[in-house]
Amino acid sequence: MTTATMTVTWTAICSYARLEAERGVAALVDGVQLAVFRTFSGELFAIGNRDPIAGAQVMSRGIVGTRGSAPTVASPLHKQVYDLRTGECLDVAGVAVPTYAIRRIGDTVEVAVDKR
Amino acid sequence: MTKRLVVAGYGMVAQRFLEAFAEREADGWSVTVLAEEDRPAYDRVRLSAWFDDYDAGALHLGGAPDGVAVRLNEAVTGIDRDRRVVHSASGETPYDALVLATGSRAFVPPIAGADLPGVFVYRTLDDLAALKDWATAGGRRVGAVLGGGLLGLEAANALKLLGITTHVVEFAPRLMPLQVDEGGGAVLKRHIEALGVTVHTGRGCAGLTGDADGVQQMLFNDGGSLDVDVVVVAAGIRPRDELAEPAGLVRGPRGGFTVDATCATADPAVWAIGECAALSVDSGDGVCYGLVAPGYAMAEVVADRLTGGEATMARPDTSTKLKLLGVDVASFGAPFADGLDVVVTDQVTGVYAKLLLTDDAKTLLGGILVGDASAYPTLRASLGGPLPAPPLALLAPAGDGSPKAELPGTAQVCSCHAVTKDHVTDAIAGGCTDVPGLKVCTKAGTGCGSCIPLLKQLLAAGGVVQSKALCEHFTYSRQELFDVIRVRNIRSFTELVSAHGTGRGCDICKPTVASILAAVNNGYILDGEEAALQDTNDHFLANIQRDGTYSVVPRIPGGEITPEKLIVIGEVARDFGLYTKITGGQRIDLFGARVEQLPQIWHRLVDAGFESGHAYGKALRTVKSCVGETWCRYGVQDSVGLAIELELRYRGLRAPHKLKSAVSGCARECAEARSKDFGIIATERGWNLYVAGNGGFRPRHADLFLTDASTEELIRTIDRFLMYYVRTADRLQRTAAWLEAMEGGLDHLRAVIVDDALGLCAELDAQMARHVGSYADEWHATLQDPERLSRFVSFVNAPGTPDPDISFEVERGQKIPVRGPVPVTLGGAR
Repeated sequence: MTTATMTVTWTAICSYARLEAERGVAALVDGVQLAVFRTFSGELFAIGNRDPIAGAQVMSRGIVGTRGSAPTVASPLHKQVYDLRTGECLDVAGVAVPTYAIRRIGDTVEVAVDKR
Repeated sequence: MTKRLVVAGYGMVAQRFLEAFAEREADGWSVTVLAEEDRPAYDRVRLSAWFDDYDAGALHLGGAPDGVAVRLNEAVTGIDRDRRVVHSASGETPYDALVLATGSRAFVPPIAGADLPGVFVYRTLDDLAALKDWATAGGRRVGAVLGGGLLGLEAANALKLLGITTHVVEFAPRLMPLQVDEGGGAVLKRHIEALGVTVHTGRGCAGLTGDADGVQQMLFNDGGSLDVDVVVVAAGIRPRDELAEPAGLVRGPRGGFTVDATCATADPAVWAIGECAALSVDSGDGVCYGLVAPGYAMAEVVADRLTGGEATMARPDTSTKLKLLGVDVASFGAPFADGLDVVVTDQVTGVYAKLLLTDDAKTLLGGILVGDASAYPTLRASLGGPLPAPPLALLAPAGDGSPKAELPGTAQVCSCHAVTKDHVTDAIAGGCTDVPGLKVCTKAGTGCGSCIPLLKQLLAAGGVVQSKALCEHFTYSRQELFDVIRVRNIRSFTELVSAHGTGRGCDICKPTVASILAAVNNGYILDGEEAALQDTNDHFLANIQRDGTYSVVPRIPGGEITPEKLIVIGEVARDFGLYTKITGGQRIDLFGARVEQLPQIWHRLVDAGFESGHAYGKALRTVKSCVGETWCRYGVQDSVGLAIELELRYRGLRAPHKLKSAVSGCARECAEARSKDFGIIATERGWNLYVAGNGGFRPRHADLFLTDASTEELIRTIDRFLMYYVRTADRLQRTAAWLEAMEGGLDHLRAVIVDDALGLCAELDAQMARHVGSYADEWHATLQDPERLSRFVSFVNAPGTPDPDISFEVERGQKIPVRGPVPVTLGGAR
């Protein structure tokens, strides 16, 4: 019998102060491109930086806002809106971006890229 | 076997007939049109619009449907009914059905001198062109129009536009004797005289004198005379029926081909429609109708009959509503019948209105409106039925008093297409939610357009709420948000959304609010919270491309550039490996720059004296120019100098959409100014200003707004035009759509920004002065500030590492994004 061990590796990417409210940044962690956002209320989210529809690494440059109660980002290329919590595209059924774990330790923001 | 349909004549009614016939998709017909003029059907109702811009193409009606053979310059000269052929210059054309749509000719009374040079009629585009050439040939100062009817007043307007001192001579005791009564004529006369036109009513012309060089004098039947350089005869029209007699067709009592209610002549294979038809229906015996709406109805009847239908003509509605020399005139129903009348004369505002009712005061028979015709759609639709409200309430100046919902269902809302209120309400119930939708479903509003206000009222009465909310976060339109921000002195999105909206915004409202804040506050657009509002283009001051790289466009005002600056652009492109392309706006676009390269690129450009071109912003792009009198042997003004002045004045102005402009140095228009939001064309005496044009998805020629303006007057007017647009347009609404949606259109715009009817001009001027005074180059400001520069990194944790996913290939010696199997969706969900 084997036991699966989940190793979560947290990587520091920047200071919390470096993140502007409602404006994303891109981060490069182990070759994976992430889009990292801080909402108006101070929540943090990390999703894949690649726009799954256009194929370019641009999600971090989208406009952050809300749709109903969902925190969102709109792709800067063709404006499809994604739920930051789930990565699900709210405009095109069946399309989604990956989401990543993110946390704040003191003033440091860390993300975990799950390498399954 | 294929049957042959021949149409003689190609005016508006023939065009309608061809469309109506094509719509019925009848098999087995070949259709041929023989036209006398050298161009396909054009909008003769709007003929005078040619004087606005001398663009005959703008009057074009769309041409013949597919499959129709059109033979221009080939009038039918005879009909052989026994052999069923028509004669024309090229020989014989056989027919199984012949539709006569030969229209009318201008009537010239038999007066001496009517054939002198300088005497014109007002019927075709060729007539207008000849009139213009004569009147503008130099030394022509005074003109007289013979005839004070509808056409005469149109012609008077044309003479005025050509700079001629204008007289109108009408034999009847009042202007427009067929449409208005004495009281209406008096009010109309005062309006026309206020425009500087001299009106002679109750005077006949006894003759014209002159010589081979042209007409010199008009002699009156009362013994007086008037020195004239040009005369326009607008004394009425006569049907073009000269084919009737040789062919053995019966003519009506006042001419025209006699037809019955099916529009057939006595020969079942020959039909006549439009102004050449003498229609016998109800009690009207052999009447020719000189209006387009009855002609259209006849066209529909014949198209229906030829395809197996049983349509017949009802007695035509001769209601008309026009704007003559800027004065509204409407006449509907039978305004001269016997009955009770209600007359309102307001000498102060120059408004006259008369309603004629049956003796029991229950049924509207007709009426006349002069000076204000806003009640016309409701009144015309109420003809023959009960009045929807007390007469005085109906005639009260436009408020929202119009009792639209109470029109009977059978009331005709659109007389051009015989669409009833029931048709319209059915369409609304069936899901039509706006005026364009109703136009498609019912055709209402696609003719003269006078019923469009009524359609809007019916939509509102049908419970259709046209939402003006910007998005889910704001119930306001852009214009309302602009006012809220300005009046309450709001400085940030957070302040706005917490007090006047919900949620935290989206990609629709945030850039809109950013644009309004920029227009109101004139600051750097990327400081503090404003940075988070901007689309990526404004955020990085560059244009995002499909692979996530950006393009860079330095400003090249007016398209003028020194060799040194050209070399710098070339060196920057070479050193950073950028794809280069000349844009449509006379500048150079550098593609393929990564985010972290943008500051380095701009450092080089700013050092060489370049500044941001705002290609990324909803802002002024370029003011294109031709080389003008500086070099060009045809140029009459310094178009490059003006283009540079304008581009520098309006650079950085944030607007609801991008703004483009151009300046041409002469009427040859090499800068294509009329396809711009504001375009300027040089004249010998100054500048002509055109507004609200665009290229793009739905091209629109700009409308003439100022003529021979001085540079000072020109700039003041553009200042106000732009600021009024910035204040009142919807999100992403370009000037063309903005103007088209504006109640009152160009007249309203002129009232606001030229005549200052809303008292706004001082504010608009001050707002533009603030913009011009506070302009600073965004890239220069960005490079000065380390904090602003800190945004331009590829990765927050690896600032210098390029995006590893960006790769290029080479095409025609330059690098381009790899054409991978990347799916491209256009437009997305919205």
